[in-house]
Amino acid sequence: MEAIILQILNGLDKGSAYALIALGLTLIFGTLGVVNFAHGALFMLGAFVAVTMQRVLTLGFVPEGATGTSAGGFSFGTARETPYVEHWFGPEVGGTIIDWAVPISILVAIPVMALIGVAMERGLIRFFYKRPHADQILVTFGLAIVLQEIIKHYYGANPIPTPAPDVFVGSFDFGQVLGFDPYTIMYPYWRLVYFGFAAVVIGGVFAFLQFTTFGMVVRAGMADRETVGLLGIDIDKRFVVMFALAAIVAGMAGVMYTPILSPNYHMGMDFLVLSFVVVVVGGMGSLPGAVAAGFLLGILQSFASMTEVIELIPGINQVVIYLVAIIVLLTRPRGLMGRKGVMEE
Amino acid sequence: MGILEIKGVNKRFGGLQALGDVNLSVAEGSCHAIIGPNGAGKSTLLNCLVGKLIPDTGSVTFEGKSLLGRKPHEINQMGISRVFQTPEIFGDLTVMENMLIPCFARRDGSFRMHAYETITDERAIIEEAEEMLDEVHMLDKRDMHAASLSRGDKRRLEMAMCLVQQPKLLLLDEPTAGMARADTNNTIELLKQIRQKRNLTMAIIEHDMHVVFSLADRVTVLAQGTPLVEDTPEKIKGNPKVREAYLGEAHV
Amino acid sequence: MLGLKKSDLRLYLIVLALLIFAPFLLNPFPDTSGLAQFNAGYPDLMQKLIIFGLFAVGFNILFGLTGYLSFGHAAFLGVGSYAGVWMFKLLTMNVVPALIVSTLTAGVFALLIGFISLRRSGIYFSILTLAFAQMSYSLAYSVLTPITGGETGLQLSLDDPRIIGISRTESGNIPVPHFFGLEMNSATTIDFGAWSFTFSAGYYFAAVIFAVAFFLTIRLFRSPFGLMLRAVKSNQSRMSYTGLNSRPYALAAFVISGMYAGLAGGLMVAMDPLAGAERMLWTASGEVVLMTILGGAGTLIGPVLGAGVIAYLESIISTINENVLHQWFGGLPDWAENTLVTVVEPFVGEGWHLTLGAVFMLVVIFLPGGIVQAGRLIARFFRRNRGEVGALSGEPERRPGE
Repeated sequence: MEAIILQILNGLDKGSAYALIALGLTLIFGTLGVVNFAHGALFMLGAFVAVTMQRVLTLGFVPEGATGTSAGGFSFGTARETPYVEHWFGPEVGGTIIDWAVPISILVAIPVMALIGVAMERGLIRFFYKRPHADQILVTFGLAIVLQEIIKHYYGANPIPTPAPDVFVGSFDFGQVLGFDPYTIMYPYWRLVYFGFAAVVIGGVFAFLQFTTFGMVVRAGMADRETVGLLGIDIDKRFVVMFALAAIVAGMAGVMYTPILSPNYHMGMDFLVLSFVVVVVGGMGSLPGAVAAGFLLGILQSFASMTEVIELIPGINQVVIYLVAIIVLLTRPRGLMGRKGVMEE
Repeated sequence: MGILEIKGVNKRFGGLQALGDVNLSVAEGSCHAIIGPNGAGKSTLLNCLVGKLIPDTGSVTFEGKSLLGRKPHEINQMGISRVFQTPEIFGDLTVMENMLIPCFARRDGSFRMHAYETITDERAIIEEAEEMLDEVHMLDKRDMHAASLSRGDKRRLEMAMCLVQQPKLLLLDEPTAGMARADTNNTIELLKQIRQKRNLTMAIIEHDMHVVFSLADRVTVLAQGTPLVEDTPEKIKGNPKVREAYLGEAHV
Repeated sequence: MLGLKKSDLRLYLIVLALLIFAPFLLNPFPDTSGLAQFNAGYPDLMQKLIIFGLFAVGFNILFGLTGYLSFGHAAFLGVGSYAGVWMFKLLTMNVVPALIVSTLTAGVFALLIGFISLRRSGIYFSILTLAFAQMSYSLAYSVLTPITGGETGLQLSLDDPRIIGISRTESGNIPVPHFFGLEMNSATTIDFGAWSFTFSAGYYFAAVIFAVAFFLTIRLFRSPFGLMLRAVKSNQSRMSYTGLNSRPYALAAFVISGMYAGLAGGLMVAMDPLAGAERMLWTASGEVVLMTILGGAGTLIGPVLGAGVIAYLESIISTINENVLHQWFGGLPDWAENTLVTVVEPFVGEGWHLTLGAVFMLVVIFLPGGIVQAGRLIARFFRRNRGEVGALSGEPERRPGE
């Protein structure tokens, strides 16, 4: 029992990331009709917004008078640099700000990702609305390569550890709460935060689509683009907003994921492939499907990683997601919650 | 006993009875028109004949063999060709290539791995295709991209593609839909010639009464998924029931 | 001749000539000149050009003709490589059985994956192939380590139980793959003034294989079968109402292109008997897509050109570094030199993939027909200037992915 709960919990954070990326992919696909292979890159860019914030916040100077210890002409890590934020706000407040670099990055990520999203849509994607899906795949695949190589050039190829605030270091003892023996179900605090955060973002997006006029038009557009166009509603303008929104969601998902997985330049691609599988399993064009499939596959993957399961079916943890995707595609081509007529000739 | 026998065919879509107990017999060598107001089930019936839809109940036989459960390509190989309402051709191939495909399909069946042969060596097939193109007056357009043809030419190309297969039964789905009067008359002439030359059985779905009365020997009127009457064109014209159900509202 | 029509024969003879004289053509600069770094006439690179050319030509049979965009073709290359190395390990160091088994194994694998994947079309097909390839990669990397060598890759060792031939040479080394005694890594160098040309046995062997494969490809393109594959891409609905079953046609194309990939994988290990899982990674599949599109999907020569350009640029561009750039722009004023170096630097050396991605985007956006389309546009421009009406026969222009 404990083991099962533990695996469900373990699956939640990966599932959250899949769900958030798949949500954006589906939004773009559903409204714009574009298959965006660069969506993983947006997730990766978000993560690097956090990396950059952390670097900016710890940017420092060497205080006068405190020269480094140098021996024989070599200077061993000059005297500790004092970050400007600590200098300005005092060591305590400054230290806290640095410690909270990742959550603070969210605030920065929103405008940055919105800007990137708008630039992408206006600069590239909009010329591809009428082109075949294969062209869309190819051009966004090219863009994804470009974006990840740019990041690689400036940030290097190695993963960059980006810790969560100190408060969230350590684990939460779920076992005790649920009445099991202590230390049986330990769950890192940050993963809990991530799940909560994902739930809020997903809820927010759904609320936005459900309760605003804008959202209503978008949903109508997803259901039947032609009719909405005929009603004289300029759906094109809304596309930019939707693309920006999807970019923000992916970016925020990336920011918050940094303490779980140290960001590297190819993380976007890694997540993209899986997220596409998630979208297909959930059903192309279905938002609830994307979210549900994201969590489902995340949890499934975590179950498949249990030693007992691996002993039974070696290698299953590596392939379970693809296997599920293949089975779903062949038995339910529209996915778990897909609508009729999406991407069918 | 007709070449095509439809007996007791029913088809439902959810709550909608698209076809209700359709019985129809198309005599060999005849031109049988199926008319009816919009939503009468004409297209559904046609789709049941070519394997796109499977009727819920009833039987469809062609030359005594059942068509039910067969795939479109199998039905075509039995000798039934179909012309679509909007011409279905191979848009990014040339006119000649469009013609060659049905020729090979007729000779080689539904699949053959002839990867080492060369098309230009197939003199007999090329001549056959050229003759057919000449018959529809399109030989001069043989190297054009099919997608760049005018709508009328696309229609003629599609018909040529069907005819070159020498089908036993040609199904025509509103062959003059969206055509100007002159084009319509050309198409009627073409179809008449085709019938004279080959003793071809045709089943035609049509909206335009002018087309129906110029071509058909038998007419079945379909209303709300059920055959209302079947008779010669002259008698159909005078039938009050038909006037009420169809002609009255659409054709004065 | 050879059952090819005139224009195809001309194209084929040009390709043959290029293959034969490649060691000269790719080494135009004397060794002593500063431009020698742009030479590509060394065996490793030439073999790579050929092998990727073969891979792309095969991929094009599927994507260019039928329009099915597979994002998992590298899996077949990988399977071919593993099969090849196993033949070396178990049977003989002769490359012939290795190549045959590579091709067949990849073919069987493609039949299996194709049979399932082709039940869907469009983007679903792309994702299915992607999923299969990723699965193969993951398995090769983990559970299948006894067969694939896992992370280190599958390589020859001194105690391979080779049935025909020896496990180790007299000098105690691992024997080298050979073609009935002709060792793949043997080469002769001819010095001619300041130039030196290397003739590698491996290269010429690969070139012969390529020449045969390319000939078969031309025949396939001009065959009724090739026409049917283009019909699959153009209108599957009309195809079925014309009495043709599109599924086996697409599957046949899938298997054939998988076999080309397997053959390419076999050649790879014939040149260098080492097979790694990373060859199956989906970015490797993406690369062959890039080559095909860059050259011109659906055309005969396009994939060869695309593979050549990418493999060549990769080897050249990745050797350029900041110092080289400073050398190039050294004649300019300092500020101009520095600006140029700063601008260009991210695109060279390690940044080769950035160049690749950018070029690829530009091609998809502005020139979906690739290099071949560019050539046609230029040719038409000149023809029009001469007042001729150029009827481009044979291959109608076609955009990829339609």
